[in-house]
Amino acid sequence: MKPSAFDYVRPLSLDEAMEQLAIDPFESKVLSGGQSLIPMMNFRLARPERLIDINRVPGLEGIVPGQDRVTIGARTRHLAVQNTGLQGPLGSLLRTAAAQVGHLPIRTRGTFGGSIAHCDAASEWCLVARLLDAEMTVRSTRGERTIPAADFFQAIFTTAMEPDEILTSISLPALDDHHVTGIAEFARRAGDFAIVAATAAVKIEDGVVTRARVCLGGVSEVPWRSQAAESALLGSAWSAGAVAEAAAAAADEVDPPSDSHGDADYRRDLVRALLPRALNTAGAGS
Amino acid sequence: MIGSRALRIEDRVLLRGAGRFAADTQRAGELHMRVVRSPVAHGRIVSIDGTEALRLEGVTAVWTYADVADLPAIGFRLTPREELLPYRQPVLARSVVRYVGEPVAVVFAESSYLAEDAAELVDVEIESLPAHLDPDAEPVVWVDAEQASWAAGNGERLPAQDSEASVFTIGYGDVDAAFSSGEGRVFTMDARIGRHTGVPMECRGLVAVYDEAEGQLIVDGAAKVPFWNREAIAAMNGLAPSQVVVRETHVGGGFGPRGELYPEDVLVTVAAMRLRAPIKWIEDRQEHLMATNHSRGQHHRLRALVDEDGYIRALDATFTLDQGAYVRTHGATVASLTASMLPGPYVIDNLRVTAHVRLTHKTPAGTYRSPGRYEGTFARERLIDAIAHGLGLSREQVRRRNLIGPEQMPYERPIQAMGTHLVHDSGDYALLIDKAAERFDFPAIRETVSRRRAAGERVGFGFGYFVEKSGIGPSEGARVVVDSAGAVTVLCGASSVGQGVDTVLAQVVAEVLDVPHDSIRVVRGRTDQFQYGRGAFATRLTVMAGSAALNAAKAVRDKAFRTAAAELAVSVEQLRIRGGVVEVEGAEHGGLDLGQIAGILEPLRASELKEEPGLAADGWFHTDHMTYPYGLHAALVRIDEGTGRLEVERFMVAYDVGRALNPLLVEGQIAGGVAQGLGGAMYEEFLYAADGTPQSTTFMDYLVPTAAEVPPIEMLVTEDAPSPLNPLGVKGAGEGGTTAVAAAIASAVDDALQRPGAIDSVPIKPDTLRRLLQPTTTHDVPTKE
Repeated sequence: MKPSAFDYVRPLSLDEAMEQLAIDPFESKVLSGGQSLIPMMNFRLARPERLIDINRVPGLEGIVPGQDRVTIGARTRHLAVQNTGLQGPLGSLLRTAAAQVGHLPIRTRGTFGGSIAHCDAASEWCLVARLLDAEMTVRSTRGERTIPAADFFQAIFTTAMEPDEILTSISLPALDDHHVTGIAEFARRAGDFAIVAATAAVKIEDGVVTRARVCLGGVSEVPWRSQAAESALLGSAWSAGAVAEAAAAAADEVDPPSDSHGDADYRRDLVRALLPRALNTAGAGS
Repeated sequence: MIGSRALRIEDRVLLRGAGRFAADTQRAGELHMRVVRSPVAHGRIVSIDGTEALRLEGVTAVWTYADVADLPAIGFRLTPREELLPYRQPVLARSVVRYVGEPVAVVFAESSYLAEDAAELVDVEIESLPAHLDPDAEPVVWVDAEQASWAAGNGERLPAQDSEASVFTIGYGDVDAAFSSGEGRVFTMDARIGRHTGVPMECRGLVAVYDEAEGQLIVDGAAKVPFWNREAIAAMNGLAPSQVVVRETHVGGGFGPRGELYPEDVLVTVAAMRLRAPIKWIEDRQEHLMATNHSRGQHHRLRALVDEDGYIRALDATFTLDQGAYVRTHGATVASLTASMLPGPYVIDNLRVTAHVRLTHKTPAGTYRSPGRYEGTFARERLIDAIAHGLGLSREQVRRRNLIGPEQMPYERPIQAMGTHLVHDSGDYALLIDKAAERFDFPAIRETVSRRRAAGERVGFGFGYFVEKSGIGPSEGARVVVDSAGAVTVLCGASSVGQGVDTVLAQVVAEVLDVPHDSIRVVRGRTDQFQYGRGAFATRLTVMAGSAALNAAKAVRDKAFRTAAAELAVSVEQLRIRGGVVEVEGAEHGGLDLGQIAGILEPLRASELKEEPGLAADGWFHTDHMTYPYGLHAALVRIDEGTGRLEVERFMVAYDVGRALNPLLVEGQIAGGVAQGLGGAMYEEFLYAADGTPQSTTFMDYLVPTAAEVPPIEMLVTEDAPSPLNPLGVKGAGEGGTTAVAAAIASAVDDALQRPGAIDSVPIKPDTLRRLLQPTTTHDVPTKE
């Protein structure tokens, strides 16, 4: 469990980082928090010839609320997200989700953007990004572009980013106070990657669901926006029963994988159990 | 001092980060060994080519079997049965590989990074063969005549051997006659334990150097059994034992697997001799999870003949042990202990247990904390629960009906355990149930369960009873030495795997010499510092080394008294020792401290006094029987209906150790033991794909419970049954935290599900519980309390 040999560069500006990455993009990897990359290198599952450490690049951290959207710097540590004072349903969702990322040492070092660029379908930030139709801003020496979440997550560990691009920030829509948000996940041990995770943002006006977003992790290669659950909720009277029905619809809709942590049926059971918990409508004892 | 909650003397070093573990040993010019391992579970080696690896600058050597063909297979340390010899492991695969992770070559290079690079360049071509993974399947041909004869290594020409390495039966009475008597009811139990093992924080590792100046092979990083390993290493290298020094460093946990002599260890020492360079090998976690001994995987089938009142007249059991690809140093230990300890605390008039030790294309298996007892206790206690349910009796009633009574102690069961007669030395088994019920308030727990269950919660309470064994002999020794400054050193053959043996030995000596225990230095696990040592296994050291230290300390005190009596011109009977000073009884002043007495005993004066020079003495303790501590585990669990999550809300242990030399250490042992028991009951399992590829080779897949999963352990340590077999009255505490965890959890889960017998295998996983929660046609049947 020693990595194969690699070169290491530590640029001091974003321009320099992009230039370094452009030299040999296919054999290079950007090092941010390193909480997935370094273990993969130690297992020799990843063998980049060059590591471009962006930890000294200024301007990549912070949570900036704007008019309609909130921008999160890609290198913002999970712990900073967990401690954000951001108001409203979005702030609440971010804090709740961040608290479920790994363990404290991982949250101290790992980054919001690193998790999204890594693209694990069970990761909290990939789910939240897909849930809220986040926009990922990426830059390279060729310029800057913005990729919507629906296009960004392509397959396990595969995003729409080109090898020479660096993820610099992620913007999320601000959610007004009519929204109810939440995330619930199930893992066999505290801090493990979820077997199944459910997150949702539901807008309720006069007791009626006027907008529903539901995103599931652990049921497909990439975060799964459950249209079945969203349709079930949209227009319904807000109630625990409506959420349970949506969860059942989502469970019927997904085609989850089977592995040693749980087969497809069990994952469907988890979808049914977790979505109500994400929205805090699950009754006691369930 | 004995019996006090003394703080560990080891921790002053460990907590400041000053400890020295295997990887901390560094030597100038050292070469790092990296093992090239088989990527397939079963196959014929076509070729192994190290040419590319040797081209790398800094790579010294690449070895395959041809380079070590003169080395025999590693011998058995325990339970050596003749029929197991053909199944021993070569240090490098000869022509066939039998598990993923089997060493096929080794690389030596100037850095561990380089060694790993080079290992990747070793070109290994293996022709895959079908993997045999199910020990319950009919045995298959396992080794051909050539391999069998080679592995047996006794000069005999053996025929090919099948995958059933050993079948043996133990028992007493007449089981067949009992079952055919036409009386009583028959109950059966089919119970499985998943394959898992001890995962010490520190992986294996060894550093060896041949010291030309001293003419000695120095081996650092040993653990558990350095003296036995010294003999084996000497033999393998053609050296006299006195030419080999094996030293224990600090050890980050043992638990059974760590410290045994493995192929990698032999290779390190052989390379140190042949390459004439210091050789360092530090295992990584992925290697650990596929190459260090696995354990536990067992399938038990029990059949009991029971009277209407629950009394068990006969128990007929068979089990298969998934031995993995080779039989290593433990021989048939696990199977043997499973069989002999299966009856546990119960009388059982007639017993027959048949063990099947079977090979599979998986990592070889050995012992893990409470070997054979964790497995057998699960099977037996599941059976007791089934009997209780079937007869409409409470789970407690059936246990009480069968317990060996205090008036029957010492109770001899006419079978053997670890080569000794199985004699329960002392115990009041029923009393412990009474005490546990009172301390933990079982009635209140049962009431809470009923109330919460009525409110819709899936909660359950259960327990398991067990007998442990400890203090295996035959011998252990210690030497207590006092220097001229009065500093006390204990040298002994004991080993520390982190359990606190230094503290216990210091306490025993401190008690006799009346000095602070933390002023005493303990030297152990070093073959150049003491002549003999059996090692740290089978919960033996507090009994064995503790008693030896007691005898040595008393001998030193006697010698100090004789010397002081001569010096002070008084009789020995007038002397006493207080605060490390030998004083005349009743005198206000004067006396000689131990340092002064040591000074008097310099060689010339000692000769005049007709004493051996030096204030030092050896003490030995011998025994041919084990001690048998016993205990009860109880659990309160809750199952989350939606996810199947099993939450252990309370875990309670009542345990009688005869005498707790240090209750703090006893509690620490129990707490750690429970955590590992919970691992086996709920989390840890080595899974294999159909082709024999291991699926649990990282901590993402092999789930060890963390502090977040383990509840605070509630404990009641009792001293109602001191052992009559040693001067301290002590029984061991090392394994009783683990023994009945799976049994207690399973019983509680059955209760929570209100489905007696639902749980017949561990680990219990949430998906299984979800499935068991689905409505079925069978009605819920409450467990009777």
